[in-house]
Amino acid sequence: MIENPTQELLRTPLDALHRDLGAKMVAFAGYAMPLLYEGIVAEHHHTRAAAALFDVSHMGQARLRSADAVEMLETLVPGDIVGLAAGRMRYTVLTNARGGILDDLIVTAGADHLFLVVNAACKERDFAHIEEKTKARCTLEVLDDRALLALQGPRAADVLARFAPACRGMPFMSAESLSLAGVECFVTRSGYTGEDGFEISAPADEAASLAEALLDVPEVRPAGLGARDTLRLEAGLCLYGSDIDETTTPVEAGLSWVIGRRRRTEGGFPGAGVILGQIADGVARKRVGLRPDGRAPVRAHARIMDSNGESIGEVTSGGFGPSVEAPVAMGYVASAHSAPGTPVTVEVRGKALPATVAKLPFVELRYFKTQR
Amino acid sequence: MAVVGITEYAQEQLGDIVYVELPDVGAKMEIGAEAAVVESVKAASEVYAPISGEVSETNAALADDPAKVNADAMGGGWFFKIRIADSAQCESLMDETAYAEYVESLR
Repeated sequence: MIENPTQELLRTPLDALHRDLGAKMVAFAGYAMPLLYEGIVAEHHHTRAAAALFDVSHMGQARLRSADAVEMLETLVPGDIVGLAAGRMRYTVLTNARGGILDDLIVTAGADHLFLVVNAACKERDFAHIEEKTKARCTLEVLDDRALLALQGPRAADVLARFAPACRGMPFMSAESLSLAGVECFVTRSGYTGEDGFEISAPADEAASLAEALLDVPEVRPAGLGARDTLRLEAGLCLYGSDIDETTTPVEAGLSWVIGRRRRTEGGFPGAGVILGQIADGVARKRVGLRPDGRAPVRAHARIMDSNGESIGEVTSGGFGPSVEAPVAMGYVASAHSAPGTPVTVEVRGKALPATVAKLPFVELRYFKTQR
Repeated sequence: MAVVGITEYAQEQLGDIVYVELPDVGAKMEIGAEAAVVESVKAASEVYAPISGEVSETNAALADDPAKVNADAMGGGWFFKIRIADSAQCESLMDETAYAEYVESLR
């Protein structure tokens, strides 16, 4: 989703900092965003080895308020939101009547509200949709005065503990209000890299000073959207608009785990008939990982074929995995060809390159595990 | 004989190079035709033949170490060698000074 940069772009609260740091800026979802600083591969490796700071302020943040917010949101998503304890968070999807995915999002249960983080490119549509469907009983408060930073990597907790020692004990997918360098923040232990890390929601006018304080820690370097994409691809995480969209269902996308156990019996979300039918009866196509032979990357929209040259699907994300040290991709294939180890070919510049269906993720996920 | 590759400025713009698809030795190419593909982490970019001729050698070292293009674009990161079909075509190419001025105009 890198667009024509001539249009008037929105700027995040960290825009001046990115330019001072020498970022190469690109247009993404209507925002001027850093693609890279020192280089995508170096930033990728630094994230897996130490800690990197990403600006993800383009993403949409909102609070859904009312005593009924939990029940009302459950009419729009297949996740178990009622069962979400205060301070815990869950990945879920907004579905349409055909079971397709309108967006993927993170829902965090607050004491008196739900905190939502949605994709930048979808946020206006998402918020209009949520407001329309819940306005009878809820208020949607869009937080466009807040920045969002992601501190990711195996040293992220050590770094953040310098500012707020309480962050160390936070379980994966939990939230706390913490003061960091004098800035009141809403911190979650989550991310989009496959590493331990935190996402930090901070007031827009204080975000740059917080980012500078984090970047002053020797282990921390800035990382851009380029590394964010290679990291999430290796971690097997979906990019909305590429790997999932309105035409893919959570079951086809390998996201059946987002459909809560209670919701599988009760339904009550858009497209429940289609989605629950697919859980029961199976699907015609599935999202899979792909490991091309050799070094040539295969990219989105490349055709996937079986050993007879028949089309069986299409690549949705692909590129070079710096930690895998080889090309990696994901895409949809006919279910008969979806078992890991299945040999396929992928069409790149008119040639059929051999590849193998692979288990996702491509790297070991290193999310924080609470000591028992 | 001409040695074809990409410039220092081009490698900088492309970023981390992860794969280079080279033509076959013996391939005959016309000026302006697609001659190679260079893949960075982000995207694939075509390289066009700067002159017509026959490919006499390709840089085998790039198969295992495509990052050589980033490290030494105008030396060890060369792509292929071409037997020049029509030396008059060389007249239309920029020399190093003209190219440096052109790059400066882009900055």
